[in-house]
Parts: sequence; C-alpha cells; structure tokens
Amino acid sequence: MNELVSAVPWLGKRNPMAARWLIIIIALVAPIIAWQFGRSWVRILDFALLYMMLALGLNLVVGFAGLLDLGYIAFYAVGAYTFAFLASPHFDIHMPFWLVLPLGAAFAALAGIMLGFPVLRLRGDYLAIVTLGFGEIIRIFMLNLNYPVNITNGPQGINMLDPINLFGWDLSRNLQVTETFSINSLFLYYYFFLLCVAGSIVFIQRLQISRVGRAWAAMRDDELAAKAIGINTRNMKLLAFSLGATFGGVAGALFGAFQGFVSPESFSLMESIAVLTMVVFGGMGNIAGAIVGAFVLAMLPEILRDIAIPLQQTLFGTVILDPEVLRMLLLSLAMILMMLLRPTGMIPARARYAHPENMKREGAL
Amino acid sequence: MITLLEARNIGKRFGGLQALTDVSLTINKGEVYGLIGPNGAGKTTFFNVLTGAYTPDGGEFVFNGSELPVGKPHKIVGRGIARTFQNIRLFRDLTALENVMAGHHIRTKAGVWGILTQNRHTREEERLTTERAYELLDYVGIGRFAEVVSKNLSYGDQRRLEIARALATEPQLLALDEPAAGMNATETAQLKLLIEQIRHDGVTVMLIEHDVKLVMGLCDRVAVLDFGKKIAEDVPFEVQKNEAVIAAYLGGGKHAH
Amino acid sequence: METLIQQLINGLVIGSVYALIALGYTMVYGILGLINFAHGDVLMVGALTALQTMMFLMGVAPGMSPIYMLTIALMVAIPVCMTLGFLMERLAYRRLRNAPRLAPLITAIGMSFLLQTIAMIIWGRNYHTFPQLISTTPLQPIEGVFITPVQVIIIVASAAIMIGLSLLVTRTRIGRAMRATAENHRVASLMGVDTNAIIAFTFVVGAALAAVAGVMYASNYGIAHYGMGFMPGLKAFTAAVLGGIGNLGGAMLGGIMLGLVESFGAGYIEHLTFGFLNSSYQDIFAFIILGLVLIFKPTGLLGERVSDRA
Repeated sequence: MNELVSAVPWLGKRNPMAARWLIIIIALVAPIIAWQFGRSWVRILDFALLYMMLALGLNLVVGFAGLLDLGYIAFYAVGAYTFAFLASPHFDIHMPFWLVLPLGAAFAALAGIMLGFPVLRLRGDYLAIVTLGFGEIIRIFMLNLNYPVNITNGPQGINMLDPINLFGWDLSRNLQVTETFSINSLFLYYYFFLLCVAGSIVFIQRLQISRVGRAWAAMRDDELAAKAIGINTRNMKLLAFSLGATFGGVAGALFGAFQGFVSPESFSLMESIAVLTMVVFGGMGNIAGAIVGAFVLAMLPEILRDIAIPLQQTLFGTVILDPEVLRMLLLSLAMILMMLLRPTGMIPARARYAHPENMKREGAL
Repeated sequence: MITLLEARNIGKRFGGLQALTDVSLTINKGEVYGLIGPNGAGKTTFFNVLTGAYTPDGGEFVFNGSELPVGKPHKIVGRGIARTFQNIRLFRDLTALENVMAGHHIRTKAGVWGILTQNRHTREEERLTTERAYELLDYVGIGRFAEVVSKNLSYGDQRRLEIARALATEPQLLALDEPAAGMNATETAQLKLLIEQIRHDGVTVMLIEHDVKLVMGLCDRVAVLDFGKKIAEDVPFEVQKNEAVIAAYLGGGKHAH
Repeated sequence: METLIQQLINGLVIGSVYALIALGYTMVYGILGLINFAHGDVLMVGALTALQTMMFLMGVAPGMSPIYMLTIALMVAIPVCMTLGFLMERLAYRRLRNAPRLAPLITAIGMSFLLQTIAMIIWGRNYHTFPQLISTTPLQPIEGVFITPVQVIIIVASAAIMIGLSLLVTRTRIGRAMRATAENHRVASLMGVDTNAIIAFTFVVGAALAAVAGVMYASNYGIAHYGMGFMPGLKAFTAAVLGGIGNLGGAMLGGIMLGLVESFGAGYIEHLTFGFLNSSYQDIFAFIILGLVLIFKPTGLLGERVSDRA
C-alpha cells in the first residue's frame, strides 16, 4: 500500500494520508463511474482485478525472486479447471465455493512445486523456455484430454460452472436492496474481487518485508552471494514458485466462477505474455507496478477498441486493426519499448525489504 | 589452544589444472590466520571449497570437531563459517540495512504462515533482525548509510558492508578474501582496526591478502600456497625468511620444493 | 519394417528443417548468450514472403516453370529476412547488451509477438495454402515406403547448406572472427575484430537460414500462417540445447535427433500409453526432451562449454 501511495503523482510525496484515501475512494467508486459508460465496463473492471491478482502473483516470481516464468498462465488454468471439475454439471459435482477455492489454490501450488523441482538449477533464459513448455503441455492436455476418457471436454471447454456463493449469498444474482433499488451482480463481483486483491496486496507486502522477501531479493541480485550467506536458494525458489502459483490458482478459480465457463483458449501463451507485460510495464519487483501495469494494460485495449474502431471506420471506411490485433500490438510494443527506454517500469518505486522505522517505533508494524 | 578448523588433504582439479593439492592446515580458535601466495596459487579456490561453492575432489574439513558437509553452502554457513568475496558481491538493489538483514536469514526461523499472520514471534524476530543489523552497521562504521542502496556506496564502504553482512550470519570463522584490495592507506589502516576488533570480539578470522604489511601486522600465523600446494606455515616473521616462499614470490616456484 | 523406415524418413525430413533453424539460435546464443525468441517468427516471415511472391508471379507470369518460381520466391524471402534480422539486432538487441539479464530476453519475447502481430495485419489470421510447386506425388523407392520429391530436396538442400555454413565458420576470415567474438567480445575487439559487424552478420546469416527453413517447412506441410513459426522455433531451440547450445555440429545433430524422436514418438505413443495418449500429443516430446536435457546434461550432447557462466 505504501508503494502504491507514493506512486500517486504529486500528492503521494506531500500528503501520503490523503493519497491513501484517494486510492481507496477511487477503488470504491470506480465501478459506479464505469456503470455510466455501460455495464460492459464494469465487467471489464472485474477482469482487470483478476489480472491484478495474476500480475501480483507473477511479480512475486519474476520481480521478487528473479525467475522468469513464461508459463504462469498454467496455474491460472489449474485453478479454473479445478473449479470446473468440482463445481459444475460436468462431473455433476457441486462442492461449495469456500472448499473449491482453497483446493484450486492448493492444486496450483502443487503444480508450482512440480514445475519448480526440475527447473531449479536452470539459469534465467533456460528457465523461461522450460516454463513456457510447461504452460504449453498443460494447454495441450486441456485440449486433448477428452479422449479416451472425457476429462476436460477438449476444445469446447466446460460450461455452466457454479457461481461464487459466499455462504448462501449468490454473487451472480442482483442484490435486491429495496423494491426499486438493486445492486447489479457485476458490482458484487467487483467488490468481492477488490477484497481479494486487497488481501493479496497485504499478504505480498508482508512477504516482501520479511526474511523470505529479503532472501528472494538477495537471490535475484546475486545467487552466489545469497548462498554464501546461508540462503537455501533451492527452497526459496520452490517457495516463490508455489506461492506465485497459489495466487494464479485463486485468480483462476475466481475467473472460472465469474465467467461461468472455462476453455483452453483462455490459457494460451499470449495470456502468459500479457501478464508478464503487465509486470514489466508497471515495474518489476514492486507491488504498485504490478497493480498499475495490470490496470492500464487490461483497460487500454478496451478503451482503444472503443476509440480505434470508430476512428478507423471514419478514416478508412473499414476496420484494419481488429481489437485482438490491437491488443497484441499494444502488448508487444509495450514490452519492447519498456525494456529499451524505461527498464525499471512506469512506477519505478524502490521496493522496501525492511522497516527501518522499526527501531524508532518499537515493535510497531 | 583449541582447534577451530582443520583442513585435511584438500584437493581440487579443474580439467587439466590441479588447483589444490593435498592442502592441510589448522586454524585455532581466536587467531587471525593469513593465506598468502602468488596470483593463481589457489587461495580463492581454497575459500570456495571451504564454503561449499565448489566440491573438493579429495580431503575433508573438520570444523568444531565434526566434518563439514560438502557442497552445501547454506549448511556450512549454518555451522558458523561466513565469507566475503574478492570482487565485492553485494545485493546491489538492497540498502545497506537490508543487505545486513538478509545476512541474518540463517539465524531466523519465521515461516510463510508466521509472516502472513504477522504473529508475535515473527514480529519480534523481525525487530531483533533490524536492531542487530543497525548494530552491525555501526560496528563496521557505516551506520549513517543504513538507508543507502548498496550499489551507491563508496568502494571502501561496500567492503565494510560485505563484512557486516557476513557477520550477520553470526560466524565463528570469518573468511575474508582480499579485504584490502583497492583501498588506500587510510582505509587499510581502518580495516586493520576493524579486523582486530572482530577478533577481539571472539570471531576467528581467516584472510587472503596481498598487502604484505597488513598480513604481517595482523596475522598470528600465515600459510603460503604456491601452485596449489602449501609450501610454508608459520608465524609471519619466520615465513618472511623462508627460502621457498621467497623463491615462490620471485617466480622460481617450480624449484621451491 | 516399412513403418520403421517410413518414420525414419519423416524424421529426417523434419529434423533437417529443425537443424537449419537451430543453427540460427545456436549461432546467436554462442555469440551473445541471448535466446533470440523471435527467430522462429523470422521463419514465418520467410514463408509468407515467399508465398506472397509466388502469388504475384502466378498472376503476372502464369506459365513460369515451378523451379524458377520457387527460386525467385526464395531470392525475395531471404533478403527480406536478412534485413529483418539486421534490424532486430541493430534497433533492439544491440542497445541491451549490457542490460540486466532479463531485459534482452523479455525484449526478444516482445519481438516475437510483434512480428506475429504485424504478420497478422498483413496476411490476416487465416491459414494460407502454400503452393506445392515441386511434385508431392510420393515416390516409392522401397515397396511400402514413400518419400516425396519435396522431401528429397529438403534433405539434400539442408545438407548442402550445413556443409556450406561449416566451411564458412571454420575456413574463412569472417568465420574466424565469429569464433573469436563468441569466445570473448572484448578481446576480439582488441585484436581488431569489428565485433558489432560480426554480431550483425551472425544475425543476418541466421535469418537467411530461417528463411530457407520457412519455405521448406511450408512446402512440406502445404500451409502457412502468422503463427507457424512458434512451434518449429521452440523445437529448434530444443534441438540446439540438445546438441549443446553454441555448437554448430550440435545444432545439426540435435535437429535430426529431435525430428526422429518426434516421428517415432508420434508413431508409437498410442501403443506405449495403451491408447490413452494419441499423436495429438506429438508436440510435448520436444518439451520433455528439453526438460530432461537441461536437468541431466545441461551442456547438451556436444557442448563443451559450461552452461553456467555465472
């Protein structure tokens, strides 16, 4: 949160308290403003929050621990498919949400460890390729495991997933407050996801400023020196992989429940790359960067879609760049240009790994 | 005198190069032990084998009466051996304080659960780590730079920080690889005081050094390596007169033994 | 027996293509330590440029002999790819030579997707039929074993190109400069080698090989589209690692071996898994091999250099 606060232009440095409230207020009223432009914008905001969770998780692996993971979306897939298997008519299992979510997280974490073990000794660039391969293998299995036993239902994916149901409160139904006033389901999802993102931020911040966060940073900056001060780099890498995967798994389960169906095409390499771009764009290794990167790059294609399509139609009389192409163009250019021009990202806040003020305010956190 | 470290017939080979041949030496508790020799004699290789960065081809280390694990750097640090590097290796994006706190890693226990819930034990441990790190920064004389990102520190201060980071692992044996390299006379004199202080506070020091004056003034005993073999081990005054050592430094190493 | 020989032939054909692509990866890696992720997409640009050229020629000179047409298409595709390789190096990778280690890699990934996107804009999202100008009527050298003339040409041409490249690297002045640069940039430049030029040259040669491989690949399968470079690129990278990255002979060996493994694997996977997995899992072999090699022998089959240059 502090990083996010100091990232607020102008105000962040002068009046952190005001900046903090500003962020909270923006986060709370955002869907109401978006509603004015149409309900699809609230939906887009909901997805942006899921991307934030993904970016936070990947940032933990890439930014904190320095492990370039190009197959991150596989964990998202594991979470989503876990939800689909355990809460849909596909196998006719309908486990409650509060049970499926931790299971999705646990399976993703397990997948993270499974991927982690063999690749631990690899250097950065090899690691990238192997994780990419891992992501592809998962996708190939999702696509083909409908034969001879139908497990994943192949390319069609799985439909009619149970909605998020918080102890009897179904988020997919509009909340009837009074006879004339009801809160749209999209808002309910928004605030629930916002809560999840806020929780993630707190968790990740705590990890960052801890012996684990420092060990990751040490490993990232100089692996040999990290070993020389007694850091068990193998365990720390495994921990980074599994914790990062956990966030992916949770986001995946939420995604499945929110969207109501899962299919392999949501988990293509392009999605891994998109999340990576969000992290790179915001600034690797800092939480604010992941948040801002995810928000900007989740919204920008949608905004462009609204502006660029009519613009192209008036200028050329036809649509040359369709939204999907625009999104890819934007992401790939963002990645290249950021690396060339501003490798520290848009929010180059220095991540803190200690509370120096601990000394003055004893024990306070 | 109590033996702290005993190296027994350590050998290490890189392809066709025999970097260390049957090196045996003994370091006593509380002394400053120098390891000198011409360039390429195998001093740093010895450090790397000792601290687990390389696995030796033969021989063993006995530390505090029991054998050291092979090729497991973190376990060796856990047993109480810390090192610095010839070409400073700090965590460049971390502040001085965070570098030292990272050094305390092995002496702390908080797990993910404790960190996520910020339970009392974790908070207390974190507070102690911070406190200890400040103390160590003051100890090596760079307390005022606690919040400076380490890559922005001056060269001499980076060397000091590396020592503070090594001390944070609470070692019994501190292995310094050319700590005075690149320092001017004043800085070297201060470094000498610091090493003496460290020894005075109960940490045994092993040091690789080229600065003869520093070695002679500081070390209780000195071992000389040449072409991967130990050719002498004695008090500095005697080593200076040793013919084999003189020959080695004058380039006649091959005839020296 | 016939299936065995048939799979051997199929493996050799696809393996030769992998080998050609792997050479580009391995040369760039050897000299810069960079995995040029976009290399596979250069292949795609080569294939689609060739396709475009052939379409054009068919329009203006419908009676032209297929051999001429293919030659002209190659003559267009190769320089286009060479320019592309040159530009990538000059505009992006060169600026990142001293950047933190993840930066060039992330840039290369971005480059790969940028090329795919641009190709998508130019050629659309659809699969294009790649004209098979050389006869695809199978010959039957042995009863029950088939090989098409395209496949014969692929094997022969790859072999010729590989021999040529080996001669270039081992026998010529520029080859020596390449090897010197790969050994140590700074020392090479002190010895009077224009390392910048050598690195650019390496990219250009790699891109030319990719262009040829792209045309071969598309001719073999009769299909071309914007994403076609991704899989062969990844597999060729695997081949390069398998053979020992940075080692030219290794890339060739690795390519052929990977081709064979895939071909045999696809043929027998159904038996091996009792019908649970079928040939649609063909693509996972490369990744499994990659994982195994990196874990058990990261230097590859012929690699001498230690991969961990910390």
